[in-house]
Amino acid sequence: MIRTEGLCKYFAGNGKEVKAVDGLHLEVRRGEVFGFLGPNGAGKTTTVRMLACLIAPSAGRAWVNGLAVGKANLAIQATVGILTESPGLYERLSARYNLEIFAELYGVKDVKGQVEKYLRLLGLWDRRDAEAGTFSKGMKQKLAIARALLHEPPVLFMDEPTAALDPEAAKTVRDFIETLRGQGRTIFLCTHNLDEAERLCDRIGVFRQRLIAVDTPDALRRQLFGRQTVVSLTPPVLQGAAQAEALAGSVRGLPFVQHVAVLDDDAGGRGGYQLVISLDDPALRNPTIIQLLVAQGAQIRFVNELRHSLEDVYLSLMHNGQPGGAP
Amino acid sequence: MRQFRAVVRKEWADMLRNKLVFYVIIFVPLLMLAIPIVMLIIMRQTPVSAQDLEEMQGMLKNPIFAEMNSVEAIQSVMASNMMVLFLMMPLMVPVTIASYSIVGEKVTRSLEPLLATPITTPRLLLAKGFAAAAPGIAMTWICYALFLAAARILAVSDRVFAVFVDPMWLVAMCVLAPLMTVMAVMVGIIVSSRVSDPRAAEQLGSLILLPLMVLFIGAMAGFIMLNGTTFWISSAIVAGADVALVYLGTALFQRETILTRWK
Repeated sequence: MIRTEGLCKYFAGNGKEVKAVDGLHLEVRRGEVFGFLGPNGAGKTTTVRMLACLIAPSAGRAWVNGLAVGKANLAIQATVGILTESPGLYERLSARYNLEIFAELYGVKDVKGQVEKYLRLLGLWDRRDAEAGTFSKGMKQKLAIARALLHEPPVLFMDEPTAALDPEAAKTVRDFIETLRGQGRTIFLCTHNLDEAERLCDRIGVFRQRLIAVDTPDALRRQLFGRQTVVSLTPPVLQGAAQAEALAGSVRGLPFVQHVAVLDDDAGGRGGYQLVISLDDPALRNPTIIQLLVAQGAQIRFVNELRHSLEDVYLSLMHNGQPGGAP
Repeated sequence: MRQFRAVVRKEWADMLRNKLVFYVIIFVPLLMLAIPIVMLIIMRQTPVSAQDLEEMQGMLKNPIFAEMNSVEAIQSVMASNMMVLFLMMPLMVPVTIASYSIVGEKVTRSLEPLLATPITTPRLLLAKGFAAAAPGIAMTWICYALFLAAARILAVSDRVFAVFVDPMWLVAMCVLAPLMTVMAVMVGIIVSSRVSDPRAAEQLGSLILLPLMVLFIGAMAGFIMLNGTTFWISSAIVAGADVALVYLGTALFQRETILTRWK
């Protein structure tokens, strides 16, 4: 649906060339919500602008909906929707008029019908004749989303859709993106909000001028941190750190265990220890570990899989550069 | 055509809701119209001294003033010199509209979604240019027509009225005014590419009035004779400037330039 090969964008600045995007290779599948993550100035917006045919690539090639960027720009623009970083509405005009203008520009056949459909869908129908400038930030963002969808594009670019929105408005927008996913649209989502990326995206690409990593959030976690089981042990059976270390030592002896760490666990002020066990396949290996610990007199309070946050993944990639470079 | 219409409709709808722009479009032309009409009225009732007549001798050499008596001559000379003000309308109105249209979109960041639609850049520029130019030309022609209607009543004779419908004014209104409008629109676009405040853009764009002020003051002082030749020469100069400005404005009004270089 979206494919790039060595996509580059250079800008001239202060007498030297600044690389905004440097050799982007990417493939976003049909119907996928793809999160494009990166710090400010990473080149995310520049990438979106190239893919939406707003600016020309300096090098490399890209295809959107099977159409080549640079060769079929108007055709691409007719089949993509774009939600820019700022809603960019005509503030003196009504919500309905804002949408009607864009419906005409996109060549929508049933202008009034489509405008009504999206105003209703986004809960703006009752305010259809109010000036867009009187809307709250959340309402403006919803109106901008409606504008991007009027021509029913199969591909949607969204640049920071929930930035600067209050939690309730952000949730409404996120819920709406969820419904779009259900319609089979391909969504290219630039965001800083890692929680949002985690919840909405099928795959994420971590990007800073070039693509550092791309995969599902879970796959990236596995690549970066492996899989880890956390066993919380109840204090009465423990005589202290020495016994916890002894239990850890016996777990280390299992051939499939890669690493075991012992941590204090004072959850609820009741004391105790945690064994953090790195291993290849928790679902398969956990029963063996638990049997071993119980046989050695351990009383097990909880067994969980340690799930690193997407923030851990992101920061690790930003600092170490490659999946697998982290501990 | 549908896209062109949509952009023009949007521009005009936005313009009508912008009070400042709306007042410039309506009240400035009305003021420009009032001045020559007032001049017609005053000159109709003002006795002409021998000194006035002497000062006007140069102007009276123009064949259109032949066979006029002193009252007819002074009324037609003073009023027609004031008609130069009509040529300010095709400059002021489009510069104001273009400045608010483009800088306004920069301020509200609405240009990017607009540029993301499947409209070609020349068509977008043409639509925005037309939306800015048409009111300027329309107001010029309306005011000229209103002035002629007033002159029909207030001119002291048919010979005076004939001065206001002289072919030189038709050249001014039908050739020079549209050419000046193109110039004003392109100046508005060029200035808008470098300015982030609509008022600053409007003020900078208004500098385009300076050459016309020279023509106006020159005509009032008797240094410049307003005749067909003056307007044809002015038209040729403005047409040349238009070519250069259209080239420059079109080069600036490109998607990538707008998004990455416009400040």
